[in-house]
Amino acid sequence: MELLSQHAKKIMEGCKERARDAGLRFQDDSLEYIVTNRDFLRLTPKNMIPTLYDYWVQDVEVMKEAGQYELYPTNPYETVINTRPPISYYNDNNPDWLNVMIFYHVLGHIDFFQNNLYFRHTWDYDFAGKALSDKRLIAKLRSEKGRWVDYIIEFSRGIDNLVGYFDMLMDLSVEQKKMTRIDFYFDVFIQGKKNSSIVDYVGEIEKYNQFERDFPGEGELRFIDDVRTRHAEFESLYEKELKAREKGNNRRDLLQFLMDKSEFLNQEENKWMHSVMEVIRTTSLYFQPQIRTKILNEGWASYWHENLFLQDDRISGHEIDFAVVNAKVTSLPRVGLNPYALGMRLFYYIEEQADKGKISYDYQRIADQYRRRKFDVGAGGGKEFIFNVRENFCDAMFIANFIDQEFVDKHKLFVAGKRLNKKRMTWQYYVKSKKARHYRKMVADALYHPPAIKIDVDENNSLVINHIFEGKPLLRDYIRGTMMGIEFLWGNKVILFTEEPEPVKKQPGQSQQAQQEKGPGEVKWKRVKYTMKDRKLNRVLVD
Amino acid sequence: MNDMKTRLRQLFADLRSRGLTPLQEKKIRFELDMAERNGVDHRQTPAPSVCPIYRYHDLEMLQDFSPANLTALTTVQSLDYLLERDKQREKDGFPRKIRVGRMVKPSKNGDDKVIIVPTTVEEKLVHDKIRLDEEGEGGDGDPSSGDGGTGEGEEGDVIGEEPVRPDQGGVGGAGQGEGAEHDVESNAYDLGRILTEQFELPNLKDKGKKRSLTRYTYDLTDKHRGFGQVLDKKSTLKRIIQTNIALKRVQYGKEVNANDLLMSPDDRVYRILSKEKDYESQAVVFFVRDYSGSMGGKPTELVVNQHVLIYSWLIFQYKNQVETRFILHDTEAKEVENFQVYYNSTVAGGTQVASAYKLVNEIVDEESLARDNNIYVFHGTDGDDWDTKGEKAVPQLKKMLTYVSRVGITIAENGYGISGQTEVEKYVRKSGLLEEKRDLLRMDVITKDTEEERLIKGIRELIS
Repeated sequence: MELLSQHAKKIMEGCKERARDAGLRFQDDSLEYIVTNRDFLRLTPKNMIPTLYDYWVQDVEVMKEAGQYELYPTNPYETVINTRPPISYYNDNNPDWLNVMIFYHVLGHIDFFQNNLYFRHTWDYDFAGKALSDKRLIAKLRSEKGRWVDYIIEFSRGIDNLVGYFDMLMDLSVEQKKMTRIDFYFDVFIQGKKNSSIVDYVGEIEKYNQFERDFPGEGELRFIDDVRTRHAEFESLYEKELKAREKGNNRRDLLQFLMDKSEFLNQEENKWMHSVMEVIRTTSLYFQPQIRTKILNEGWASYWHENLFLQDDRISGHEIDFAVVNAKVTSLPRVGLNPYALGMRLFYYIEEQADKGKISYDYQRIADQYRRRKFDVGAGGGKEFIFNVRENFCDAMFIANFIDQEFVDKHKLFVAGKRLNKKRMTWQYYVKSKKARHYRKMVADALYHPPAIKIDVDENNSLVINHIFEGKPLLRDYIRGTMMGIEFLWGNKVILFTEEPEPVKKQPGQSQQAQQEKGPGEVKWKRVKYTMKDRKLNRVLVD
Repeated sequence: MNDMKTRLRQLFADLRSRGLTPLQEKKIRFELDMAERNGVDHRQTPAPSVCPIYRYHDLEMLQDFSPANLTALTTVQSLDYLLERDKQREKDGFPRKIRVGRMVKPSKNGDDKVIIVPTTVEEKLVHDKIRLDEEGEGGDGDPSSGDGGTGEGEEGDVIGEEPVRPDQGGVGGAGQGEGAEHDVESNAYDLGRILTEQFELPNLKDKGKKRSLTRYTYDLTDKHRGFGQVLDKKSTLKRIIQTNIALKRVQYGKEVNANDLLMSPDDRVYRILSKEKDYESQAVVFFVRDYSGSMGGKPTELVVNQHVLIYSWLIFQYKNQVETRFILHDTEAKEVENFQVYYNSTVAGGTQVASAYKLVNEIVDEESLARDNNIYVFHGTDGDDWDTKGEKAVPQLKKMLTYVSRVGITIAENGYGISGQTEVEKYVRKSGLLEEKRDLLRMDVITKDTEEERLIKGIRELIS
């Protein structure tokens, strides 16, 4: 890897000035490298971090089985990485105009890394430097412990998607307030009760307000007294919850939990495993925001490379070359989801919406199509609005908030389905739905979404992992391998509860045709208990 | 073409006049319809692809940096090293993790090159789709399931189509094609060795029929370190690099200066003249594949994959002294010249197993192969047969069993019918040959979502 030439670096510095003038904010220095195909091949399995620790899986083709595991994205890397200073990679024969376009795109990403709040835990240190010391640590351990280091890496990587990313962000953001009884009552207690309805909930709020009005100053106290008399169990549940929320008692971060609580790992001769696990955990936490902001990040970078390139006076005459490349990057595919295209259009769209004052209650209330189209109160502030979005949003929020019918219609978006045509023996792609809510859900389903879990230890010192049901099963093929790793790290039996779908029984002998007309989708969810003991997996249904 | 259709229709009419159950008739109709619509044309078709959201990335989009397919990166001893490591895993009490995957790549000139791609998976707890039906077939229930799309078209409009499973195992496996492959080029012999050693496929039993060697030849085949007749440059270079890695003169990530490399006298590897037994061909293997219309997709993929594994295993067992013959059949059978064609012909037409068996018998007869050779026949099919009772196939099979060392029938179910109820399976079982000639005839029934591991197990079943 060589540094970029001085000539190109000078162009880059010019781009930085122009990007700053446009409102982007990022640190002064940056590193640019020329990479060859060979470098690229080495960097890919290391997620573009040149200093990442070595691991044998990086030398092997990891099976992706195209299309099958979209839910397991494996490419969280960019042309630029979120280090201090940021490092970006270039082909050595790019013409200047193309480099300008790429520089602007890169600056968009750097601005995003350094301002989006989901990255805030990466702001205080240089990951490349940390990775280098981690790499040395692992190399040193490997010289002492041999292949066992790789087993620990393997088992830790097996659960590195269960790291309690949001808990960590929460710890960082605001100083933790102790949960009051009122918080507990309204946020947890009554919502967790069986047959609780909204009406009841609102009723309780009204009751609380009544107490506040009747007994100014001590309404809260009296309300809680009232709660205690009505629910005898309230106080003990509150204490329990408080304990559970204490720091170091995290029940969602499996890696951390094992490090804290596993008797096996805390034996003197196994202490070194903590260091390895910690490396895996911090690496995973570092990558978490990238994968949760793919559409935003690419959309933001594309928005800015397009705008800034066209305003750049240094490269006029290359508009057509630019248009060709830009179209390739940002055109919406006939079938498929291009995060560059979708993200960029959304940014343009909400900027316009905000400029016209359409992101408002007044606009929402209008049903008349004509008036909606003509609506423009000249509110302005579109730029400010999108800067705000780039600071505070992640993909899931971006999609849920801004993809509406107007956007879907404007860009002629639809959900594309695929069905089997038996006569022609072909898969047919067809327009399945043009409704915004379907489109939104389709995009949301394509987003990274690791399973949520809750961890407990039962009386036999077995680790109990409860997979929180969200309408999706776990990938069964992977359960065995993962649980074997957890058992090793925990040093005792491991139990996993999850739900699995079961098709509603078909009539035997029923023809294929009839089955299809009925359509799939009829599923019964069964609760399943997996037990891993002595590296043997056992699966039973529970009721 | 029209001639072909007429013949198919005649055959159908003929069969019907002899009586068919409605289910049988339906199956035959299905293939017939397809044949009439698309022609009985076995050809290749390309497949389009849809790119999911996280597979887009900057380097490719902006700078045309597609991951290069570099063999160079593969470390000096990669495959053996990985397999060694995998063996150690087993000793440590963990299941193996390396899969020797997707190894089908016959080269164009017909010699038996096989690409071994060591692959692995990183297992995690991840969400899966709800999959009840095969590959999202139908799937109309939920209007928000599917891909994104843009452009003109009303709800319900068809905007494009692709053939069902266009990949007929041409490059050896579905889903290949993106990502950097770290291929290890090897030949079928090596693959056979790996299968035998790593996956513990049985060694072939000596049936006492092996032909004795006829003569010795002298050839520069043995390797010797230190001295010899001809310097083996590739092996020597490998040794030198290994030595220098050990001396830390070659280090990861650093530029290698060839002038700095040290060379130990032992690093020189020579070829020396040695006495070799010259065998005559000892085995003739017939690979028979059903390429009728119903074989589309998975069944074909499974059958060809399994056949390549068997082929490699036999090559290892017979030290390259294997003659192979390839036969394809729909309603009629034909012999094709090499693996390449055997692999890449696409499916169409109807099914008559008997035609293929008959052809094998004829070839063996005409060339008097049975006298001097061990003969193996491996037949892959989805189990559909227009000759529903095996009236023609069973006699041919019986005849075959008089001279072969082994007949292995693989039935890869296509999922259209009821499992375990395919025509071929039924009539072979009914014939009683499986018990009567257990040492000669084996059958393995696999479903369409069979994995590699199961395939290898199946081979064990077929050949042991």
